[in-house]
Amino acid sequence: MTAVLQKLSAFFRRVPFNREKAHQAQHPFWVIVRKETMDQINSRRFIILLGLMLLTAIASLYTAMSSLQSAISEDTSTSFVFLKLFTATDGTLPPFITFISLLGPIIGIALGFDAVNSERSRGTLSRLLAQPISRDYIINAKFVASLSIISMMVITLGLLMFGMGILLTGIPPTPEEFWRIFFFLLVSIVYIGVWLNLAIMFSVKFKQSATSALSGLAVWLFFSLFFTMLVNIIVQSTMPTQVTDVNQLISYQSFVQNLLRISPSQLFSEATTTLLVPTIRTLGPVTVEQASYALAGPLPLGQSLLLVWPQLTCLVAEACLIFGLSYVLFMKQEVRSRL
Amino acid sequence: MISDTIIELNGLTKKYEQLTAVDYLTLSVHRGEIFGLLGPNGAGKTTTILMLLGLAEPTAGKIEVCGIDPTFQPLIVKEKVGYLPDEVGFYENLSGWENLLYTAALNRITISVAEERARHLLGQVGLTQKAHEKVQTYSRGMKQRLGLADILIKEPEIIILDEPTNGIDPEGVRELLTLIKQLNREKGMTVLLSSHNLHQVQQICDRVGLFVEGKLIAIGPIKELASDLFKNDPVLLEVEAEPVDEQLLTAIKTNQYVTKVEQKQNCLLIFSRQHVSAEIAGIIVSHGARLSHLNQHDYGLDEIYHRYFEGGM
Repeated sequence: MTAVLQKLSAFFRRVPFNREKAHQAQHPFWVIVRKETMDQINSRRFIILLGLMLLTAIASLYTAMSSLQSAISEDTSTSFVFLKLFTATDGTLPPFITFISLLGPIIGIALGFDAVNSERSRGTLSRLLAQPISRDYIINAKFVASLSIISMMVITLGLLMFGMGILLTGIPPTPEEFWRIFFFLLVSIVYIGVWLNLAIMFSVKFKQSATSALSGLAVWLFFSLFFTMLVNIIVQSTMPTQVTDVNQLISYQSFVQNLLRISPSQLFSEATTTLLVPTIRTLGPVTVEQASYALAGPLPLGQSLLLVWPQLTCLVAEACLIFGLSYVLFMKQEVRSRL
Repeated sequence: MISDTIIELNGLTKKYEQLTAVDYLTLSVHRGEIFGLLGPNGAGKTTTILMLLGLAEPTAGKIEVCGIDPTFQPLIVKEKVGYLPDEVGFYENLSGWENLLYTAALNRITISVAEERARHLLGQVGLTQKAHEKVQTYSRGMKQRLGLADILIKEPEIIILDEPTNGIDPEGVRELLTLIKQLNREKGMTVLLSSHNLHQVQQICDRVGLFVEGKLIAIGPIKELASDLFKNDPVLLEVEAEPVDEQLLTAIKTNQYVTKVEQKQNCLLIFSRQHVSAEIAGIIVSHGARLSHLNQHDYGLDEIYHRYFEGGM
């Protein structure tokens, strides 16, 4: 694997240089992107993360395979066998989507937690800023480099799942399944991007990279462990004691749901489950009346997308908001070497 | 002397919440000279330099570097100015060569030109041998020399060095200063350097500005500066005698040229307007005290430093 990585980094080194030989200097922004990408690929953490991702793929395929038989026989209404590879589980290990919602933040945090403060502590930031480049190139380029690495990882992982799935089951994915998985991967990239931006923000805010890594992990732990507990407490204390009509109950229910949706992992899991389980028709409460005449059956891809559109928008908005914050923080920060 | 002004500061002021880091600074640096910004730590030297590069915004005042205001057009200024920060850092996992090429690429220098310049500069700073080794194996002095090569790769008109001699051994300092002097002479490059170490600055600076608490208190060639600052009592006598009593002190003070006497146990510091060592020795001996040491100082930077930076105004 290291040989492959070396080749990859040699490739990154060579390609742009050859282009420059044609007496056309590259734009400084892409110079920084290239260097950051190279740094990440050459770093040990990249190898560790790659290993983690591979393990995830293998483990989730294994657990999906062992439960695929029963999952298919249970549910005869759909023919989305391939999607089951991503969602099915035999109970011993979580399925692929849960893995991603758990590991995604770690990947994002690992790639971003020392983005700015390591430059500062190494004393390279002031040297970089003394070059004739706009200040925002640095943070933008770091974001672009890390996000492209994340995209590369996620897409590789998805293709790996495809390949192994076809080999193991012998069933090729239908075009609709392909597009569903494609969108799922896209959402995963955005989701990991949210955490990457959070990590970058902490790296701007905190001078010590250990502090920023810890803060990132703390936020992640908060949302994955304590947040639902907190919401439960709020629910218990604010639940209406006397329910007079259905609307009240429904509006209360949606209030609780919206509270839960503050967490990016909740948004992510809602979006991805809907994309990968076509039979999900709604994310909110359904009354018996509404359900009584509905025909059980999968939604077409367009409808599934429409259903999770708000979630997708929210995730993108969260990513943009956090990046905007770190951008402003970075632009306003004092430039002192190693302070 | 070349009198073409390249850096012009006019009433430059920088305030942080309560602290005034730079207080109404007016200063001009001529093209082709080596100008030293002198002052203790925290005097506002780095802040001034950052404002020159457009990396910090002045609260008030005007700056012109090569005729351009860096606050509004920092990119153009940064093309013309090379800045070596205090404690410069490099990407440790890359070689010195790669670090230089990266800087060159950020300055939109094509690879063929950059390679040629890097080869030449690494030779000039004496790092050809180590060029392809990772920077983490470099010593502090080597990094500083690499830093010099790094700012020169864009062929700047002005180089600004912030505490360039910090933390380098004496031999390294000598090499670095010779190099700076050489660059200044050969390429006519303007050099602005900040330092708290006066002896080093004394060796190479054409002019210096003394900086205390954000204020420029004196400016000019070092020699003129000393006589200017000490026109009241330009001579300092260091005398050690035993015993020293009140009578002796008053006797010394009555000498018409002596302006001030400070006593530290048996050691006396006598400030005077003229050379009075013979008279002082005579007074001491005639008082029956034993004179063991008498030293006449000419004012160097140490005294300037002591009186203006450490002792306060």
